[in-house]
Amino acid sequence: MATQSLRPCGDFRTTYRQDTAIFDTFNSRWAMILFLALLYVMVLVPILAPGVEETPVLSTLFGPFYNAQYLSLAIQACYWGIAALGLNILVGFTGQISLGHAAFFGIGAFGSAYLNNTYGIPVILSIPLAGLIAAAVGLLFGSPAARIKGLYLAIATLAAQFIIEDLFIRVDWFTGGSYGSLANTVELPGYDFSAGEWVTLFAFDTDPKFFLFALTVTIVMYVMAANLMRSRDGRAFIAVRDHYLSAEVMGINLTKYRILSFGISSFYAGIGGALYGHYLGFVSAEGFTILLSIQFLGIIIIGGLGSVMGAILGTIFMVLLPEVMAGGVDIIASTDWGNTPMITNGLAFFKEMAIGAAIILFLIFEPDGLAHRWRLIKAYWKLYPFSY
Amino acid sequence: MSEETAILEVRGVSLQFGGVRALSDVTFSVTKGELFAIIGPNGAGKTSMMNCISGRYTPTEGRVHFKGRDVTGLKPNKRADLGIGRTFQNLALFGHMSVLDNIMVGRHHLLKNNFMSGALYWIGGAQKEELNHRRTVEDIIDFLEISHIRKAMAGTLSYGLRKRVELARAVALKPDLILLDEPMAGMNLEEKEDMARFIIDLNEEWGMSVIMIEHDMGVVMDISHRVAVLDFGQKIAEGLPDEIMSNPRVKTAYLGEDDDVAAGAGQEVA
Ligand SMILES: Nc1ncnc2c1ncn2[C@@H]1O[C@H](COP(=O)(O)OP(=O)(O)OP(=O)(O)O)[C@@H](O)[C@H]1O
Ligand SMILES: [Mg+2]
Repeated sequence: MATQSLRPCGDFRTTYRQDTAIFDTFNSRWAMILFLALLYVMVLVPILAPGVEETPVLSTLFGPFYNAQYLSLAIQACYWGIAALGLNILVGFTGQISLGHAAFFGIGAFGSAYLNNTYGIPVILSIPLAGLIAAAVGLLFGSPAARIKGLYLAIATLAAQFIIEDLFIRVDWFTGGSYGSLANTVELPGYDFSAGEWVTLFAFDTDPKFFLFALTVTIVMYVMAANLMRSRDGRAFIAVRDHYLSAEVMGINLTKYRILSFGISSFYAGIGGALYGHYLGFVSAEGFTILLSIQFLGIIIIGGLGSVMGAILGTIFMVLLPEVMAGGVDIIASTDWGNTPMITNGLAFFKEMAIGAAIILFLIFEPDGLAHRWRLIKAYWKLYPFSY
Repeated sequence: MSEETAILEVRGVSLQFGGVRALSDVTFSVTKGELFAIIGPNGAGKTSMMNCISGRYTPTEGRVHFKGRDVTGLKPNKRADLGIGRTFQNLALFGHMSVLDNIMVGRHHLLKNNFMSGALYWIGGAQKEELNHRRTVEDIIDFLEISHIRKAMAGTLSYGLRKRVELARAVALKPDLILLDEPMAGMNLEEKEDMARFIIDLNEEWGMSVIMIEHDMGVVMDISHRVAVLDFGQKIAEGLPDEIMSNPRVKTAYLGEDDDVAAGAGQEVA
C-alpha cells in the first residue's frame, strides 16, 4: 500500500502545476537533477580533457566511470532500465502479465541493426524506428488481451516469446539467422554545407561516450513515462488494473487500453534492445530467451510494481546482484573451504540462485519493492529526528 | 410523457441469467431533470436494471433509449461518452490511486490528451488541459466536502468517504443522467443527511437527472420526485412517493400481507 506522501513544513503549493509535479518536493527534484548532472560531469570531463581520470586527486571523482567494468554495468542499467520500465507499464500499471518481454527487446536489437545495415538509416534514427517495430509486433501479440486475462494471457505471451525467439533463427534476412547481425556505433550525423554531404559530427564510439548517449535516452524515456502516468492515458491504465468494470463505466475503452499497454511496453523494450545491440556491436538470437523475460519480471517485482522509480531501482539491484555475488564467491573460494568439491561446484550456481532468492525474498518481505523502501527512507529524513 | 422531455426510456426490458429471470418486461421512463427512485426488496432486480442502463448487461429483450437514441447494444464506455454516469452498490474505486486521480479518471472522455501528447506533457498542451480539468475537479471536491482527503489513497478511506468519492468521480464525468446504486447504504444518520443534500444539489443546481436505488424509505419519500417499485424482476408500481406509500401491492411486497408500510417509513427496509 502506498503511503501518503509526506512533505516538509512550509511546503505549501499555491498552484495546481506545483501539485502535479513529477517529484513531489522541491528538494527531491533538485537532488535528482544534481545527481544526474554529476553523472554527466563525471563522464564528460575525462572525454573533454583526457587524462584527468588519472591525476591523483581527481581520479576519485572521475575514475569510477573510467573503470571499464563499472561503466559497462552503468550502460547495462540503462538499456535494461528502459526495458524494465516498459514491462512495468504493462504489468505494474496496467495489471497484465507478460512472459515475452525479452522477445520484444530482441526485436528492437535486430530491428535497429537491420534498418541501419540494410537501408543506411542513421543509428540515431533507427533506434526509435526499431522501437516502433517492436511496438507494432507488441500490439499484434498483445491483441489476445482484448479477450483473455490472467493466466491465459500469461500463456499467450509465453507463446509469443517462443514464436518470436524461433523467428530470430529462421528469418535470415532480418536477423542474419544463426550468425546474427552486426550493429554499428551510434553517430550524430550532420550536413556539411560546404562539402555538400552528410558527415559524422560525433561518434559515441567508446564506452564513456556511449554511456552519455544511453543515459540521455534513459532520462528521456523515464520522464516520458512519468508524464504519461500523470496524464489521461496513464490514469486509464491504472484504472483498468484497479477495477476494470468501473473503468469502463468511466468511459475507458478496455480493449483499447489493454492492447495499447502492450504496444507502449514493447516500444520501451525495443528501445532498450536497440541500445543493447549497438552497445555490443553484435546481435545474436541467443540473448533473448525466456530467462531474460523472467529477469525483467524480477526487476520490476524487486523494484516495485507500478512505480516508475521502482523500475530503475530494481534494475540497479539486478545489475549489481551478480557482481556482489561474484565478490562473495571469490572470497569463499579463497578460503580453505573453497577447495571442497561440493562448494566449488555449488558456487557456479550461486549467482543464478541469488536472483531467484532475491525475487522470493522481496515477494515475502517487501512486496511493494524498493520504491516503497525509497519512500520510507525519504519520509525518515524529512521527519528526522522525530521518526515514527 | 412526451418524447422530447424523456431523458431515458426503458421499454419492455427483460434479463435472463440461465434459469433466473432477473427482470421481466420492465418499462418506465425518466424525465429530464427528474429525481427518480427505484425501490424493491433484496434481489428484486434493481441493480440489474441499473446495469442494463449503464451497459454492464445487455437485456435479453427490450430496448433502452437515452436522449432519444437507442443505446441497448452500446458498450458502457460509449454510454459514458453520451452522458450516463454511475456509482456502484459495492464500492468500485481505484484503490491504489489518490482520491484526486480517481476523480480525474471521471474526466477521461472530456480530456483530449493521449499517450503521446501526455508523455510529452509540456509540449502540445497536455499540461494545460490537465490543469484546466483539475480546476473543475477541485470544484467537485469542494462541493462534496472531501478536500481534506484529496491526496489519500482511495483504498485506505472509510466506507462513507469512499461512497462520497465514488459520487465525485461519477459527477466528474459531467453526466446528464447519474445512476446511484444505494448511495446511503451503511451510513449513519449524519452521513445520510449530507448525501441527501448532495443528491438534491446535483439534481437542482447541477441540473442532472438522477436515478437512485435506495432502501431507506424515509429518504426516498423525502427527496424523490417519482418512484418505481420492482419485485421479483417485475415493476409492480410507479408513481408519486405518496401514491407508492399507500399502494397495497407495495405493502405486500415489502412486508407481507396486510401490514402497514407506513410503519417502515424512516427506517431501513432491507
Ligand atoms: N451476474 C449475475 N448472474 C446470475 N444471476 C444474477 C446476476 N446478477 C444478478 N443476478 C440475479 O438477479 C436477481 C436480481 O439481482 P439484483 O442484484 O439486480 O437485485 P437487487 O434488487 O439489486 O438486490 P439488492 O437489494 O440486494 O441489491 C437476483 O436473483 C440475483 O441473484
Ligand atoms: Mg442491488
